Amino acid sequence: MITAERKPLDEIASCIEPYNRILLVGCNECVTVCAAGGRKEVAMLSSALQMVSMKQGKTLSVVEMTLERQCDPEYVESLALHIDGVDAVVSMACGCGVQEIARRFGQVRVFPAVNTKFMGASERAGVWAERCQGCGDCLLGLTGGICPIARCSKRLMNGPCGGSGDGKCEISGEVDCAWHLIWERMKALGIEDRYEEVISAKDWRPARGGGPRKIIREDLQ
Amino acid sequence: MEEFDPVIVAYCCHYCAYTAADMAGSMRLGYPPGIKIIRVPCTGKVDPLHVMRALMDGADGVLIAGCLKGDCHFKNGNIKALKRTAYLKQWMDEIGIESERVEMVMMSAGMGKQFVRIVTDFLDNIRLLGPCPKNTNQQSNRILSELV
Repeated sequence: MITAERKPLDEIASCIEPYNRILLVGCNECVTVCAAGGRKEVAMLSSALQMVSMKQGKTLSVVEMTLERQCDPEYVESLALHIDGVDAVVSMACGCGVQEIARRFGQVRVFPAVNTKFMGASERAGVWAERCQGCGDCLLGLTGGICPIARCSKRLMNGPCGGSGDGKCEISGEVDCAWHLIWERMKALGIEDRYEEVISAKDWRPARGGGPRKIIREDLQ
Repeated sequence: MEEFDPVIVAYCCHYCAYTAADMAGSMRLGYPPGIKIIRVPCTGKVDPLHVMRALMDGADGVLIAGCLKGDCHFKNGNIKALKRTAYLKQWMDEIGIESERVEMVMMSAGMGKQFVRIVTDFLDNIRLLGPCPKNTNQQSNRILSELV
């Protein structure tokens, strides 16, 4: 999923300071799963913003909505019924959702309420960790299902480096060494010999090196 | 000057604090009428949103009263409530409202006397803090909720 974290309340409140009526929009997908921008978080932020405004002796009207997906124009369209009645939109979706609303409703200011972080997985309740950087040329088949791009601090294609110790990365005792994990996985799979194969330098063009990316499927158009 | 009578919403676990409140009643022990008790099956059922909305809609303080550690009928609902209380206090700090307005307390079903003392002390503390949110002399903001 795409993970996100709520921005500091001060930052959000200062964005909407000039406005009296806002549309606060959550998303039912990734940000709901990582508890950053789902229906519940929309309600929490709405209450908080209204209390901030009450403290300042002002009145803030908040229309709360949570879309099935904020990155799909079909769902974003449903905001059209409410957009004329508000001064600004605050989105709790990832950057894709914020941009989709801004694209569709060019006449109104749109502010993000979360910082989009990374593509990750849930390690346990309340903990999410980075797992994928969307490099566009997946090599998980070579590395036992553990990604050195997303999980090695140096993104080494052949590791570990000298900073690996006791299975941890030198940047922090909290961070596993990805190449240590890869080696352990290869041993478990009985494919240690594959470790000897040198992985060639990565072509970063399919990643972000070739500019903004797009997928086009003629069969679906 | 007119004395401020705080409104306290107390989410009380059915298995402990609510029964303790009941016992206080049986013992003819009075406690302030500003304490509004809401019975919940477990404090683990109290969502942070319940607390936020209570404060926004007029409560001056919110008390979450659950079982003693190790005594939760649902194993660890009271521990979850403790963590959520800490989370709520962070929200309060961000909003600029005294975090003391939200507290979690733990007790057993037999602690009728203690229940009265705890809620009375909490209410007295809130009275010292004043109304929530401060500086507001306007009606509660209108919420337009539409969930899609």
